[in-house]
Amino acid sequence: MTRPSFQLNPARDRWRRAINRAITVLLFLCAVLVMTPLFLVIYFLVSRGASSLDWNFFTQLPKPTGELGGGMANAIVGSLTLLAMAAVIGVPLGVLGGIYLAEYGVARLNGYVRFAADVLNGVPSIVWGMVVYLMLVVPFKTFSAYAGGVALGLMMIPLVMRTTEEVLVLVPQSYREAALALGIARWKVITKIVLKTALKGIVTGVLIALARVAGETAPLLFTALGNNFWNHNLREPIAALPLQIFSYAISPYDDWHRQAWAGALVLMAIILAINLSVRALTRGRNSR
Amino acid sequence: MSIRPPPVAPVQPVSVSGGAQAPSTAVPASATEEIAFDIRDFSLWYGARQALDTVSIRVPARKVTAIIGPSGCGKSTFLRALNRLHELTPGTRISGSLRLFGEDLYGRDVDPAVVRRRVGMVFQKSNPFPTLSIEENVLVGLRLNGVRDRAFLRQRLEETLRMAALWDDVKDHLRRPGISLSGGQQQRLCIARSLAVEPEILLMDEPCSALDPLATAKIEELIQSLRETHTVVIVTHNMQQAARCSDRTAFFYLGKLVEFADTRTVFMNPHNPQTEAYVSGRFG
Repeated sequence: MTRPSFQLNPARDRWRRAINRAITVLLFLCAVLVMTPLFLVIYFLVSRGASSLDWNFFTQLPKPTGELGGGMANAIVGSLTLLAMAAVIGVPLGVLGGIYLAEYGVARLNGYVRFAADVLNGVPSIVWGMVVYLMLVVPFKTFSAYAGGVALGLMMIPLVMRTTEEVLVLVPQSYREAALALGIARWKVITKIVLKTALKGIVTGVLIALARVAGETAPLLFTALGNNFWNHNLREPIAALPLQIFSYAISPYDDWHRQAWAGALVLMAIILAINLSVRALTRGRNSR
Repeated sequence: MSIRPPPVAPVQPVSVSGGAQAPSTAVPASATEEIAFDIRDFSLWYGARQALDTVSIRVPARKVTAIIGPSGCGKSTFLRALNRLHELTPGTRISGSLRLFGEDLYGRDVDPAVVRRRVGMVFQKSNPFPTLSIEENVLVGLRLNGVRDRAFLRQRLEETLRMAALWDDVKDHLRRPGISLSGGQQQRLCIARSLAVEPEILLMDEPCSALDPLATAKIEELIQSLRETHTVVIVTHNMQQAARCSDRTAFFYLGKLVEFADTRTVFMNPHNPQTEAYVSGRFG
């Protein structure tokens, strides 16, 4: 009886190695292709925008039409103000909703709430702007920073809620059982043990939601409106980077086009900074 | 597993004097022995599935009672019913009565949190809270139950870590994360954490199944030292362990209590043929 040989067939082996190499190269090219758009974005923003970035850009108001120079100080501060207002609305409601889904909800109702949140995540951002326009701009007869903050905040709620739920569900049931078996009241188990364990994940979710809404333009068009001056009253229109970029980009002036590129670069830098802090946070979690 | 229709009547505590016991579950106890858990006709359902079927058992105080039986026989369910932890599972239902030192554990005005403070639990897999240090893990039960007295907390920390035979290992790095300890140390940390809230009863759900023989020996020693002051109920798959460290042994099969007697009797001279087959390793 002949034993099957362990010897490789040299021709088949060469063929197999060639296929292996070809597929590896193909997959590598796909990976490069995925990263290309990011490099393109950064390349264009830096090449067009960096030259217009100077100290004035961060400290001065926009100049009137026809005058050169000026900056977007009001839009930068405006964007940060809007983000803060959005966080005040979106974070508590989103986190509490996520806690309800993960810790208290009954299966049937949870299904509906989750479905509603997923639909809300898919609502086009301009629709949020229109809804808030009808809710807050029409009744008060003025565009306002409040309306802009509410529009962004409403967009954040489903985002924060779903990520909060997801990280809470990842907290092992054994921690809840151990805490309850110590005779600790349920709300304390959730606030002091479960939330604490999931804190990094929740903060990560909040930051991702902030980064997501920071670049939104459409919800602000009919709410915050934009403003060429400092906003001293949140009941009045406020400037925001995306709005300022939008109005400068569609203007006929070269100087404003340059500033729009610079504004886009700053906006991108803010969002990149948020994403980098997310990475720093999650790395800390994985190393444990 | 026998499936019975769910009971229509609400929980009816059976009077302590009534109810004849089946001969195989009779406990050869002295008349003066204090009873911790007095359980009559206790049944438990997960939805439509019955996990415990009319279990009647009197668990003695300040003794070690071992629960043995093949997987899925209801041992863990029984243990979790003793501090109402099964209530975390949606869709559970009970009938029968379960009294602890004469008090109905499932009474209308009973707060499950208070029950669990008196009836602590140690789990199969050690589960120190990952965000807390060794010290915080031991004291978390006291702190979150409102104890603020620093001197008392400090004293309790050392006491319970000593009881858990862990003090010498960790006294110099109490601030390190609880999960930095080895598996056996983590399990002893969990025991210390349970003991810190001064429970009268300690339930242990296969506490050594994830541990090596040395760590197991330490936990068993610890159980021996606790029997003076605490009532211990331990679920185990390891029959040598049950034989080594328990006073009484209960054998569960298919959700029913088959036999409950002195450990020596259960292992050397069981009344029930099923028990005999199980402890001699012929099935299970």
